[in-house]
Amino acid sequence: MSYKFYGGVHPSQLKNLTSDGAIKRIFVPKRVVLPLSQHTGSPAEPVVKAGEQVKAYIEIAKATGFVSSPVHASISGKVTKISYSPTPVSNRALSVFIESQDDEDRDFKIKEHRDPNGLPAEELISIIRDAGIVGLGGAAFPTHVKLSPPKNKSIDTVILNGAECEPYLTCDQRIMMENPKEILSGLEVILKILNAKNAYIAIEDNKQPAIYAMEKALKSFSFHLPDISVKIVNLRTKYPQGAEKQIIKSILNRTVPFGGLPMDVGCVVQNVQTVYAIYEAVYSGKPLIERSITLTGSCLKEPVNIRVRIGTVIKDLVDFIGGFKKEPKKIIMGGPMMGLAQYTMDVPIVKGTGGVLFLSEEENPRTEESVCIRCGKCIEVCPMQLAPTALMYRVKREFFDEAKDMGIAGCFECGACAYECPAKIPLLDYMKYGKARI
Amino acid sequence: MNNPLIVSVGPHMRAKISTRSIMWTVNLALLPAGAAGVFIFGIHSLYVIAVSVLSAVVTEWAILSFRKKEIVIFDGSAVLTGLLLAYNLPPGVPLWLPAAGSFFAIAIGKQVFGGLGHNIFNPALAGRAFLMVSWPVYMTTWQNPRWQVDAITTATPLALLKHSQFDLLKGTTYMDLFLGNRGGCIGEVCIAALLIGAAYLFLKKYITWHIPLTYISSVAFLSLAFNGPGGLFTGDALFFVLSGGLVLGALFMATDYVTSPLSNKGKIIFGIGCGVLTFVIRKFSGYPEGTSYAILIMNAFVPVIDRFTYPKWFGWRKK
Repeated sequence: MSYKFYGGVHPSQLKNLTSDGAIKRIFVPKRVVLPLSQHTGSPAEPVVKAGEQVKAYIEIAKATGFVSSPVHASISGKVTKISYSPTPVSNRALSVFIESQDDEDRDFKIKEHRDPNGLPAEELISIIRDAGIVGLGGAAFPTHVKLSPPKNKSIDTVILNGAECEPYLTCDQRIMMENPKEILSGLEVILKILNAKNAYIAIEDNKQPAIYAMEKALKSFSFHLPDISVKIVNLRTKYPQGAEKQIIKSILNRTVPFGGLPMDVGCVVQNVQTVYAIYEAVYSGKPLIERSITLTGSCLKEPVNIRVRIGTVIKDLVDFIGGFKKEPKKIIMGGPMMGLAQYTMDVPIVKGTGGVLFLSEEENPRTEESVCIRCGKCIEVCPMQLAPTALMYRVKREFFDEAKDMGIAGCFECGACAYECPAKIPLLDYMKYGKARI
Repeated sequence: MNNPLIVSVGPHMRAKISTRSIMWTVNLALLPAGAAGVFIFGIHSLYVIAVSVLSAVVTEWAILSFRKKEIVIFDGSAVLTGLLLAYNLPPGVPLWLPAAGSFFAIAIGKQVFGGLGHNIFNPALAGRAFLMVSWPVYMTTWQNPRWQVDAITTATPLALLKHSQFDLLKGTTYMDLFLGNRGGCIGEVCIAALLIGAAYLFLKKYITWHIPLTYISSVAFLSLAFNGPGGLFTGDALFFVLSGGLVLGALFMATDYVTSPLSNKGKIIFGIGCGVLTFVIRKFSGYPEGTSYAILIMNAFVPVIDRFTYPKWFGWRKK
C-alpha cells in the first residue's frame, strides 16, 4: 500500500546476524567519553569541572542557543578531564571524560513516574529539550527544534521511521518488537505537541516480526487524544527507503520541494528510537543517556543488539561482548552505506550512532576503479534524481558552478550511485567534495 | 591491533556488477546469433568472426602498450567490438577484411578518442563504415544460406525490394526472415537467436527497453505509414523490422552504453532518432540498409541529447 520513490538500490541485507537476538540491557561501562557536539547545531557548553563528582543523568553541558542540545552524564563518577577525543565524525572534539570508582552507583534509577496527559505542549517540548533528545536515526538534529515548526507551517501527519534500510542494522527492528507500547506512548506525545491527527508507522516489509508486534500493540492500545488515526505501513525493501524525503513520498505521495524540509508538506518524521527516548523522558524523566545499537560483522565472536550508555568507548564494548573472531579490516560507525570508517577503537558511541560494524577483508573487498562507461546506472538509482556521473566530471575538473547548477546540493550522500557503479568509481567522494566546494 | 584499519568514504558495500562482467555478459548474449550465422552460412563465417575478434584484441593491446596504459584487454570490450564488427559483415568476405576493419574500429573508432568510455562513435560501426567506403564490392557481395542451390551473389531482401525485384522476394516468408533463411550479414540474419541473447540481457537489466523499443517501433510505424506500394498505411511493417540489420542494431549496437545517452528520456529520443534516420536512409538513399549509419549519426548527437535530458531533481519546481 505504499507509493514508489525514484531510484534506490537493493544491497544484501545481512540482518540475520543479529535480527533474532533480543536487546541486551546489562552493560554499564566504567568510563565514558561524552563529546559536547553530538548533534547538529552549536556545541553544548560544559557546566562541570575536572575533578568533580557527577551522578548519572545529571546535565554536564548545557545547550547554547535554540538549535543545540544538552549533554548528560551517562554514568556516575568523577570527571577526570575535559579534553579532546576522537569521535565518529571528527578526530579531535572537545569531550567530557567520566570514570567511575564505585561499581554499585553507576546505574540510572528512575527519578519519577509522571502522567504527561495533563501537561501542555510547551511543557512537553521543554522536557524533550532538557533531556537532550536528538534524532537517533543518524543525523542527530535536535528533536525539540523539529517539534517546534514555525506558526505558518501546519503539521497534519507524523511519520515514525522504522524503515531501517541500512543493511546489517537491526536495533530499530528489535526496539519495535520489544517496546511497541512505549513507542505508541511516545508517538502520542508528539501528536499532542504538534496537534496532528494522522500518524504512520513505516516499516520495511523485510521486518515482519516488527510489523506484527506494532500491529498487535496498536490493536490493544488506547490513545488519550480524541480522533487520531494511526496506521502501520509496509514499505518495500529498498535503500534508501528510510531517508526522510523518500519515506514521505512512499507513504503520502507528497514531494518535499528541492531544498525544502518535511514541514513544507505538513510532515514530521521521527525515528522509532527517538520516539522511545521521548517516551522515557516524558514518562519517567530520564534524559538521553543510552540507546540501542547493533554490534555486528563477521569479525565479532557474537554479534548483538545492545543497550549502551552514550559515551561508551567501542574498545570497552567489544571486550564486553567477547572480542573478535578475526581481526577487523574496517570499523564503521553506522550502517555500511552511510556509515563512517574509523581509524581507532577509542571513539565513543554518540547519540547518532545506530551501530558499529566490524568488517573483514572478504566483507569489504577493495575494488579497482576504472573509467566511466556511461551505463547510466547512477542516474537510475539516485533518489534525488541527480546525474552523479555528470557531476563527477564537473567536480573532477573543478567546475563547481556547473555542478551547483546541476543540483549537487540536493545530494544527501546516500551512496546509492557509488554502490551501483560497475566501474567502481567512488562517486560519493566526488559528491562530498563538490558539496563542500560550492 | 597490528594492521592499520582501512578508512574510506562510503558506501562500504558495492554491488557485484562490474564493467568486466557486463562486457562478457554481452559477449555471451551475442553467441547464439553468431552460432546461427555459422550454421546458416558455413564455416567461413566462423573464420571471419575469429579473425575480427583477434584483430580487435591485438590492436587494443598494441595501442594500450604504446600509450603506456594499463592493459585491459580482458575486460571484454575489445572482444565485443570484434564480435559486433564480424556480425556486420557479409559471410563470404576475404579474411583480411575483418582484420582491417577491427584495426580501424579499435585504433580510430576507440583509442584515438581516449579508449573505453571516451569514444563518440560505436567502434564496430565505425569499422564497418570504413570497410563500406573502402571495399564496397566485398561489403555488398552476399551469400544465400548454404542449403540453397545458388549460393553466391544474391542480394539481401531489402536490396531486392529496393531494386523492385519482387519476383525474387516471393518465396521469402516471415518465418524465413525470423529464423535467418535469407541472405545478409553473419550476425543479423537469425532474429530468433538475437532475441534469445537480448532476453538474457533484459533479464539481467543490462539493457532497458527504452532504446530498442522506440527504435524498432518507430521504424515499424514509418514503414507501415510511408513505405507501402499503395500509398499511406499500406507498408509491410513486419518485413521491414525483420529484414536487414535493424534487430541486431537496435538490441546490441544502439544500446552500447558509451555511445548512447545516459538518461531514460535521452534514450527514448535517441531510439526515435535512430528509427527515423533508418527509415529515411532505407527509403530515400541509394543504399538499402540504414541501421549502421543511422546509429552513427545519432551517436554524434548524444552529448547534446544528454545535456537537455538529465532528470529533473526530486522536488524541483518551476519558479
